Amino acid sequence: MSLLFSYLFDAAHWSGPTGIPARIGEHLFYSVLALALGAVVAVPLGALIGHTRRGGFLVVGIANGMRALPELGLLTLLVLLMGIDLLPVTIALAVLAVPPLLAGTYSGVRNVDQGAVDAARGMGMREWQILFKVEIPNALPLILGGLRASALQVIATAAVAAYVSFGGLGRFLIDGLKSLDYSQMAAGAILVALLALAVEGLLALVQRAVVSPGLRGGGRRSPTAEITTPDSSPDSTDTTTATPEPAGATP
Amino acid sequence: MDGGIDVIEFRSVTKRFADGTVAVDGLDLVVESGKITVFVGPSGCGKTTSLRMINRMIEPTEGTITVDGRDVMAGHPADLRRGIGYVIQQAGLFPHKTIRDNIATVPLLLGWSKPKARARAEELMQTVGLGPEMAGRYPAQLSGGQQQRVGVARALAADPPVLLMDEPFSAVDPVVRESLQDELLRLQGELGKTIVFVTHDIDEAVKLGDKVAVFRTGGHLAQYAEPAELLARPADDFVDGFVGRDRGYRTLGFLSDEVPLGTITPVHVGESATGGWTLVVDEEDKPLGWVTGAGPVAEADVLPGGTLHPVASGSLRSALDAALSSPSGQGVAVDDEGRLAGSISADAVLAALAAAREAA
Repeated sequence: MSLLFSYLFDAAHWSGPTGIPARIGEHLFYSVLALALGAVVAVPLGALIGHTRRGGFLVVGIANGMRALPELGLLTLLVLLMGIDLLPVTIALAVLAVPPLLAGTYSGVRNVDQGAVDAARGMGMREWQILFKVEIPNALPLILGGLRASALQVIATAAVAAYVSFGGLGRFLIDGLKSLDYSQMAAGAILVALLALAVEGLLALVQRAVVSPGLRGGGRRSPTAEITTPDSSPDSTDTTTATPEPAGATP
Repeated sequence: MDGGIDVIEFRSVTKRFADGTVAVDGLDLVVESGKITVFVGPSGCGKTTSLRMINRMIEPTEGTITVDGRDVMAGHPADLRRGIGYVIQQAGLFPHKTIRDNIATVPLLLGWSKPKARARAEELMQTVGLGPEMAGRYPAQLSGGQQQRVGVARALAADPPVLLMDEPFSAVDPVVRESLQDELLRLQGELGKTIVFVTHDIDEAVKLGDKVAVFRTGGHLAQYAEPAELLARPADDFVDGFVGRDRGYRTLGFLSDEVPLGTITPVHVGESATGGWTLVVDEEDKPLGWVTGAGPVAEADVLPGGTLHPVASGSLRSALDAALSSPSGQGVAVDDEGRLAGSISADAVLAALAAAREAA
């Protein structure tokens, strides 16, 4: 037990430029950069394909292809090509962020009740209005579910930044391994796990705040979780009956 | 709404889809303003395609469609659609918006201020019979019938002269459907919109339509006539088959009732019946049912009666149905308050029908 926690609970490791708070900050910084880059690519692409309903095969291809890439190999290759820089690290991590976000955005937009989309068009919404006023708000639970899955993935993997001499919580793993300081390695592993959980909890709160109560139901986490069950709100009142909308398909 | 404006005109309109299917074939049709025109026919007859070409949700391959004299193909489709109400089958409400905001959609698209659009939405909720407590609810909290009322309110929000309704009531149960139909007729009495209504249900078509266009598979117009005409004189075997076997009976619905009422001596609960079938009424003279045999009448002995024929608003159809459905063979006619007005026999109805034929 003491071996597991001795590094973590040593006050000397909680300050300074190589202390735990600084490492957490670096770790979050790489993660946010990678998520932002991943989102900039995945969300517009997923929304476009979902809205036009053309090119769905691209989503499957890109998502599966990227999931299959070996992260450490990719990072090594990018660093060899681009030099030791923040950009290859960000790209390597963004590759992990893309599949869940792309699949979530695509299936979210695609599975919006077609009756609502038809009505929106028939009432005189332009295509961009349909996308922004109807499809994206209704897809939000799945888009944010994708974001949560991506965040989890990226934070858990951002330790690889240390492998190419950057900071972050990976430092404790790499340095610990080098000096056979297992207590330090344990601290790194525990901190990565805790950070991932904390961010997951935070994003769950964000989701609760931004998703319309009209769409709220059971906990929707990632696009692989049950994505199409329309829920009657638990707080629906007296005589009203909920009518299920037609369900869509999983991505 | 005076005649001549908001007329919808199809001129040799053909729609051929990319796969070669001809959905509508050379359609010529004038939809009259201020009336309900129903497009009816079996699946694949082009009725929905025809409707959706009016607001350019589908574009015609050949021919022109004009609304109020303007070609629908001129200008941006979104601008055309904002001036035409649109109601679809499953209501198509926006799940993430409250009822109030769903209804306010088109006014907001047209640039109304938020308070004005919301006030208008609340006014329309009342028009379509939704309580104000619904305003802040979400579509998933409403029943199918309530959702469809919201759909109608949303289509009416910007007060468009033309309303397109694509099988709006086909997804709700028959009882709710009937009340929605009655509601639509009541609304139309107040609003006088030009309504194009698509259904596959001939009964609905005949009930709602001022004029009915019967489509045949392959996108041909088989007959375009007033409902009574359609039932009395189907243009061909297809229309005959489509309007159904009991069209003779349904025609009675268009003949107003001039059946002479017979007299009937009812009893109250506790009084003594004299034998045979006797009608029982309550203290207000409203019919309760029938008893058979002589002796004092107990409430438990009362058998349910048939349908009641309202003298003021009924037709020959309701008169005949009252006679046919009564266990005693004598139909019961009631006044506006539901009080006993007299009796009706099937023979009297048939005699009145013969008289109406002669007069025609």
